[in-house]
Amino acid sequence: MSRTYVTCVVNGDPVDFLCHDYQTLLSALRDELGLTGTKEGCGTGDCGACSVILDGQLVCSCLVFAPEAEGRSIETIEGMAEGQHLHPLQESFLEGAAFQCGVCTPGFLIAAKALLDHNPTPTETEVRYGVAGNLCRCTGYDKIVRSVLDAAVRMREQDTRKETA
Amino acid sequence: MTATRTAYKWVGTRPVRHDGLDKVTGRARFGADFATAGMLHGAVLRSPHAHARIRSIDVSEALAVSGVKAIITGADLPELDDNQVEGGEGNATYRDLSRNILARDKVLYEGHAVAAVAATTLRVAEQAAQLIRVEYQVLAPVLTIEEAMADDAPLLHDDLFTSGLDSPPKEPSNIAARHVTSRGDPDAAWEEADLVVEREYFTKAVHQGYIEPHAVVAQIGEDGKGTVWGSSQGHFVIRTLTANVLGWDPGDMKFIPAEIGGGFGGKTTIYLEPLAALLSRRTGRPVKMVMTRHEVFRATGPTSGTWMKVKMGARKDGKLVAAQAWMAYEAGAFPGSPVGLGVMGIFACYDIPNVYLEGYDVVVNKPKVAAYRAPGAPMVGFAAESVIDELAEQLRIDPVEIRLRNAVAEGVRAVYGPKYRKIGLVETLETARDHPHYSAPLGPWQGRGVASGWWMNYGGETSATVNINSDGTAVVMSGCPDIGGSRASLAQMAAEELGIDVHRIEPVVADTHSIGYNDLTGGSRVTFAVGMAVVSAARELIEDMCSRAARMWDVPPEEVEWVEGRAQSVSGAFPPLTLEELAAGSARTGGPLSATNTVNPRGVGVAFSTQICDVEVDPETGRVTILRYTVAQDAGRAIHPDYVEGQMQGGVVQGIGWALNEEYIFDGDGVMENPGFLDYRMPVASDLPMIDTVIVEVPNPEHPYGVRGVGEVGIVPPLGAVANAVYAATGKRIQELPMSPVKVLEALSSG
Ligand code: FES
Ligand code: FES
Repeated sequence: MSRTYVTCVVNGDPVDFLCHDYQTLLSALRDELGLTGTKEGCGTGDCGACSVILDGQLVCSCLVFAPEAEGRSIETIEGMAEGQHLHPLQESFLEGAAFQCGVCTPGFLIAAKALLDHNPTPTETEVRYGVAGNLCRCTGYDKIVRSVLDAAVRMREQDTRKETA
Repeated sequence: MTATRTAYKWVGTRPVRHDGLDKVTGRARFGADFATAGMLHGAVLRSPHAHARIRSIDVSEALAVSGVKAIITGADLPELDDNQVEGGEGNATYRDLSRNILARDKVLYEGHAVAAVAATTLRVAEQAAQLIRVEYQVLAPVLTIEEAMADDAPLLHDDLFTSGLDSPPKEPSNIAARHVTSRGDPDAAWEEADLVVEREYFTKAVHQGYIEPHAVVAQIGEDGKGTVWGSSQGHFVIRTLTANVLGWDPGDMKFIPAEIGGGFGGKTTIYLEPLAALLSRRTGRPVKMVMTRHEVFRATGPTSGTWMKVKMGARKDGKLVAAQAWMAYEAGAFPGSPVGLGVMGIFACYDIPNVYLEGYDVVVNKPKVAAYRAPGAPMVGFAAESVIDELAEQLRIDPVEIRLRNAVAEGVRAVYGPKYRKIGLVETLETARDHPHYSAPLGPWQGRGVASGWWMNYGGETSATVNINSDGTAVVMSGCPDIGGSRASLAQMAAEELGIDVHRIEPVVADTHSIGYNDLTGGSRVTFAVGMAVVSAARELIEDMCSRAARMWDVPPEEVEWVEGRAQSVSGAFPPLTLEELAAGSARTGGPLSATNTVNPRGVGVAFSTQICDVEVDPETGRVTILRYTVAQDAGRAIHPDYVEGQMQGGVVQGIGWALNEEYIFDGDGVMENPGFLDYRMPVASDLPMIDTVIVEVPNPEHPYGVRGVGEVGIVPPLGAVANAVYAATGKRIQELPMSPVKVLEALSSG
C-alpha cells in the first residue's frame, strides 16, 4: 500500500514523514518521528494522554489522521521547554508533585498549556473543566489542579517581569 | 555508630523527585515507548463468547498472509500442574495462569486470548488474527454469583471442587473455596445486643484503570536466552511467572523495567509477556505487543463483584457485641478472588468479642480478577461501615464516637489472629472528629458520611545496593518499579543516613541481572521494605567508612562516629574526613565503597484511614456531587509527604469512582458493553473537589524511620463514606454500588 508524504512543523521545526492513510497523528509522532512523549491511553479520544496542540488548538492526536497534519503546526511535550528552560507548568508540576506514575503528565501539561494560552487567569473550576478531557488515575487531580493554578501565577509574574524589564 | 535521631534533615521534606524531569519533558520511557531494530508486532485473537468449548482452531489461512511470521495457540504452551503461583499478588495456580494466557479446551470470558500472531506490522498481525478460524460450541454463560452458586448452574470447570467445606464435596461446582473464621459465640451473643442491624450489599466488578495499557517487547536469542522490556509492578516476579508458564528457566531472561504508567495491583501478573517471548523464540526476532484499551478492559484484571450479608449487634452504649458476615466474591474465570482478605478485613477496625465470618470464592464467565489496591477490602468496608453508621444513628451516637468506642488499638487481638502492635486507628478517628470539616454546616440535599478502613501491609523479599562514586555522590539501586515517587523516598532515607544532599544521590530501578531479587511493587511495601534495605546498606557503608577512618587515624573503630556526612574522631584529635574525601581515597583504604543488603521483613504493621465525605444530591437527576472530602491516614512516618498525600488522594478518588460510577456492564451473553473510558466512567477533574489530607504519624516500631505502607488503605473507606453521606443527604440507604444517578433516583422514589 502506498504511503502519503506529509510535511508539517513540529515544535517549531520543519519535519516530513511518510504515513499510511489509516495512521493517526499519534502514531506518526510516536512511530515515524520517534516522539514518544505523547502517550496512548485509549486511542478513542477519552483519556487525553495523546493531547497535542494543532495550530493553536488542543486535540487528541489519536483522533487526527496523520495526513491531516499536512502544512500544519504541532506542539508536543518534547517542545514545551525552551532550550534549558522548563515551561512554568513543567516547573510547577515538578515542585507540586503533580504526578505519580507520570504517564498522563505530558497530556496534562499540553492541555494545561492550551488552557493558559487562552485563559491566563483561570479559576479552580475553569482549570478542572480545562483538563476534564484528561484522565489521571494516580493523583485524584488535587495536586494537578493546584500546580496549574500555581503555573498561571508564575506565568503572570514572568510577564510582569518582562514588561518592567 | 548511628545515633537514633528524632529530628531529620531529609526525611519528611519534599524534594523534587529524581525521575521528575524525565516525566515532565516526555523523555521517560514507558512500556510502549520501546522499539528495536527488526521488530515484529504481535496481536491477539480473543474470544467473542463468554463461555464456549473450542472445537477446533485453523490457523492456515492466517499463516499464509504475507508478513505473518508465527502464530501460537494454547497447544504451544506446556501443560502445568496445580502449583500455586508465588510472588504474584492475586491468587492462581500455574495451570490456570497458563490457561488464562491462552485458552485450551474452553474459553471462559469474552476477550479470553485464543491465539497470538507475530507479523511485520501491527496491521498485518491484526488482520491475520481475524483469519484464524475458530469453531466454538457456545455454552450458557454464568454471569452472577447467584447464578454461579445455584445447584443447577452450568459449570465453568468440571474438575473444580470446593475447598474448605466441612466434608469433601462429591460434585464439582463453581464455588472454588469457602473461608471461615470465627471467635467467641455470636449465636449466643446476639442476646446481649440492644440493637441488631442486618443488611445485604452488592458491588460490581471494577477495573484498576491505569492509564498505560500493558506493553512488552521480547527478544529471545537462538540459545533461548534473551531480554524483555516492559512495564510491570515487579520485573522479577513477572520474569518468574513468564518463565514458568513457558517451561523456561527464569535466569535465561533479563527483564528490563520500563517506567510504569500505573498498576494499582493490575500489573502484578502476566498477560502478554509469555506470548511475546514465545513468538520471539519462534521467529528469532524481537516482538512487541501492546494492548488496546478495549483489550485492557476485556482481558485484564478487574476486581471482584461481590454479594455480602452483614449482621452486627451493639449495646445501648454503642459497644459492639457480635458481628457476622457472609460474603461471596466473583473470581472471574479462574479461582482466586481476594475474598480471604475480605474475611480478614471486614471487622479489622473493631474490637468485637463474637464474630463469625464466611467467604466464598466463586467463578463466573468474566475476566480473571487481578489485585486492585487493598484487594478485597473496599467492598467489605462498604458493607461494614454502612451497618455501623446505621447502628450509630439508631443508638443516637455520633458516627465517629461509635467507632472510637470500638476501635482496635495496641494489644487487641485482630479477628484474623495476631495482636495489633502500635497502630493509629484511634488517632485517625480523633483527627477526623477534631477537623473543622467534621462540624462545618451543610445545606439542603447535602449530607456528611464518615468511614474508617484497615489494610494489612506487606514486607516481602527485598535487595538494595548503595554505591558511593569517587566524587562522593551515591547511587541507590533497588529492584522495585517506581510508580509514585519511591525513588525519591529511598534517596531521602539514604541521604538522611549518609548525611549528604538528597540530590547527590541517584536512585535507580535496576534490571533483573543487576540486583538481587525483589518482590513486587505492591502491598504498600516499597518505602517500607526497600527503605529498610537501603537504610541497612547505608549503615553498613557508614560502618565501613568509619573503620577506614579509624585505620587511617590508628584509633579503635569505636572512637569514630559518623556525623552529617563526615567521619569524626570522638576525641576531636583529627580533622574530620568527609564522604567526598573517603570516596576519593577509597582505592587506598580497601577499594570501592559499596554495600548491599537484603531483607524479608515480617510483622510489617497495619495501616488505618478515617475519611469524611460531604455530598450533595440532585433530587431531579440523581447525580451525587462530592462537595468536600478529608482523609486522615496513619502513615507511620511520611518520608516524602507530597507522595504520601498523593497516595491518599489517588486512593480516595478511585474509591469515589467505585462508589458512584464505575462498573463492568455485561449483556445477557456476557459481552462487556462498556470496554472504554467513555462508558466506563472514571472520575475526571471536574467531578471532584480538592481532597484534603491529614497525615497522622504513629511511628511503626518495625521500621527504622517508623514508616507504614501508605499506598492502599486510602481506597478502603470511600465506598462506605460516600454511601453514608448519600444517606445523610437523602434519608435513603443504597446497598448496591455504584450509586449511579439511576439508582439514586430509584431510591428517592421508593417509599
Ligand atoms: S489516547 Fe487519545 S484520548 Fe486516549
Ligand atoms: S500520574 Fe499516573 S495517571 Fe496521572
